[in-house]
Amino acid sequence: MKTLETEVAIVGAGSAGLSAACQARNAGAKVLVIDENSRPGGQLFKQIHKFFGSHEHQAGTRGYVIGQKLLKKTQDCGADVMLNSLVYGIQPEDLTMGIIQNGKNCQLHAKKIIIAAGAKENYLPFPGSTLPGVMGAGAAQTMINVNRVLPGKKIVMMGSGNVGLIVSYQLMQAGADVLGIVEGAPKIGGYGVHAGKIRRAGVPFYLGHTIKQVYGKDCVEAVEIAKVDEKFNSIEGTEMMIEADTVCMAVGLNPMTELAWMAGCQFDFIPAFGGHVPLHDWNMETTIPGVYVAGDITGVEEASTAMEEGNLAGVAAAEALGYLSEQDAAEKKAAIVERLNTLRCGPFGEGRRKFKEHQIADMEALKRGEFVGRCIEK
Amino acid sequence: MILRVIEHPILGTLTDLKKVTLYFNGKPIESVEGEPIAAALLNAGIKVFRTTAKRHEPRSVFCAIGRCTDCMMIVDGVPNTRTCVTPVHDGMRVERQEGLGVVRKEADK
Repeated sequence: MKTLETEVAIVGAGSAGLSAACQARNAGAKVLVIDENSRPGGQLFKQIHKFFGSHEHQAGTRGYVIGQKLLKKTQDCGADVMLNSLVYGIQPEDLTMGIIQNGKNCQLHAKKIIIAAGAKENYLPFPGSTLPGVMGAGAAQTMINVNRVLPGKKIVMMGSGNVGLIVSYQLMQAGADVLGIVEGAPKIGGYGVHAGKIRRAGVPFYLGHTIKQVYGKDCVEAVEIAKVDEKFNSIEGTEMMIEADTVCMAVGLNPMTELAWMAGCQFDFIPAFGGHVPLHDWNMETTIPGVYVAGDITGVEEASTAMEEGNLAGVAAAEALGYLSEQDAAEKKAAIVERLNTLRCGPFGEGRRKFKEHQIADMEALKRGEFVGRCIEK
Repeated sequence: MILRVIEHPILGTLTDLKKVTLYFNGKPIESVEGEPIAAALLNAGIKVFRTTAKRHEPRSVFCAIGRCTDCMMIVDGVPNTRTCVTPVHDGMRVERQEGLGVVRKEADK
């Protein structure tokens, strides 16, 4: 079996992984990014909307353009990217990873590992939810914006968070009809600016509603929705049928933590971040020395926060390897943390900032020997 | 029903698509070289990608990023292939997978 060597091994060539790669490589470290897909860029290329934030967060730039820039930066800095390669295991004792590349097994030995595996979409079960035509909203977004094929023409969206709103709008841009957005909560979950576009297009919002059942023989033919009570149970007699061929679920994401579990990292359970998330410090280093995390795996947020966390992990790994002096690294890290704080503010970001502080406080508690794994809901 | 998004207000018009043929259960389907098999099948109006082992229920794409394994089919004789992340090549043979796939010997493919 072939054995590869590198200084910084990064799992995932998305927003966080590539940002980390550029930071570590530019500081002088030898970097290898491993990604299962045949193309780098993670989920950036399906995001064709303009990003929010400040100027340094490329606000007003569309996601796929940010992706193109990030790929160019990665190429220019000379970080190696290994595609079609699946990391299936981590051995924390000697920081060795098992990789399958095009059906062939190899191992990679690294001095530092950054896991930037991202997140996957949640699934909500109800009668008919396994029928062809019921899919993740992100899946539909990949189909239309990356593969340029509509999954269907008549769409019901479940969930009015930003993903539900943005994907609804993008489905319309791609030529589909969005027949309604079904939301269990009494109000719209996402930003007003996205909701406004949908409203102006005449798409109805069914707030305080849920999908009761999806009907069809071999695929989605009709969707039955109903009003819900305060416990989110459907109310008899309020049912309504919508003829549709596709149901998109925008009901959140959860971090892809398998490798972090395997490495033996300690976790907190933070529902607002999508579930179990590995503890990490301000260097993004986990409870396993030499294993760092960045991006959605540390708690589901946004591509812009993922890039900054990647920057942080890349700088910290380079510093730990001696490529950056303590002072240089401290300056870089302070600037990144400041940018992260501006991303984690406002009515939507403030909560995430608080949860992130809990997560980091628990890491500190663990270092003092006082940590007990916990569920943080407030 | 036209499902391929040729014109797009943000991404522009698709040009220079290299058309290739894949065979779904023996039937030729026009597709685009390099696109995921799942995209080619959805574009051709094919809904059912596989059926489950116990209850023979239909399944198709759910996550489209290679995580959920709902879209697995038999591709060039290899069962349990994730069609949402496997690119199409000319002459590819794709079969609906009924239940759990059986790995065939090289000679049977």
